[in-house]
Amino acid sequence: MTKSELVEIIAAKQTQLSVKDVELAVKTLIEHMSQSLAEGQRIEIRGFGSFSLHYRAPRVGRNPKTGDSVDLPEKHVPHFKPGKELREKVNDSLKAGY
Amino acid sequence: MTALTKADMAERLFEELGLNKREAKELVEAFFDEIRDALSHNEQVKLSGFGNFDLRDKRERPGRNPKTGEEIPISARRVVTFRPGQKLKQKVETYAGTQPQ
Repeated sequence: MTKSELVEIIAAKQTQLSVKDVELAVKTLIEHMSQSLAEGQRIEIRGFGSFSLHYRAPRVGRNPKTGDSVDLPEKHVPHFKPGKELREKVNDSLKAGY
Repeated sequence: MTALTKADMAERLFEELGLNKREAKELVEAFFDEIRDALSHNEQVKLSGFGNFDLRDKRERPGRNPKTGEEIPISARRVVTFRPGQKLKQKVETYAGTQPQ
């Protein structure tokens, strides 16, 4: 499922908002979530999961083409931990034979 | 700093887009419900600009009860993994906080 398919599905299941409205809302949600993480704020959605940042220490990497070493600074990477309900539902789909 | 919640996200939709409070709350619920539903039907979810939720099937493997040392198999399972997109990675990379979360 892509973002635009998600928008279509949400729009089809309700009567108040147009596809355009839903599209803008989904875009706003994704920007809000990205912005929170960029500021180091965790996201916690019960039954779905949580997003946080994981720290990566600085390291010396290599340019795979030339073999030169490059100093890579410390950084943070986004991390998602699925919540209980999502974990269970996804695993049930395996048992159900999807 | 407290975590971002669905209530905060609904509040943003109310403030920025002028959805009424009920519409905003329902939209946030629908957003996560539909993603969860797709994943529960073994369907990958791709949110461009944010990242992909992928599914991986794991085979059964041997495990151990850490308390008793007893050997017990870990059953075959399907798990969700999140692969952040380039745009999100770039946004968070430069987060200067010294306290890893």
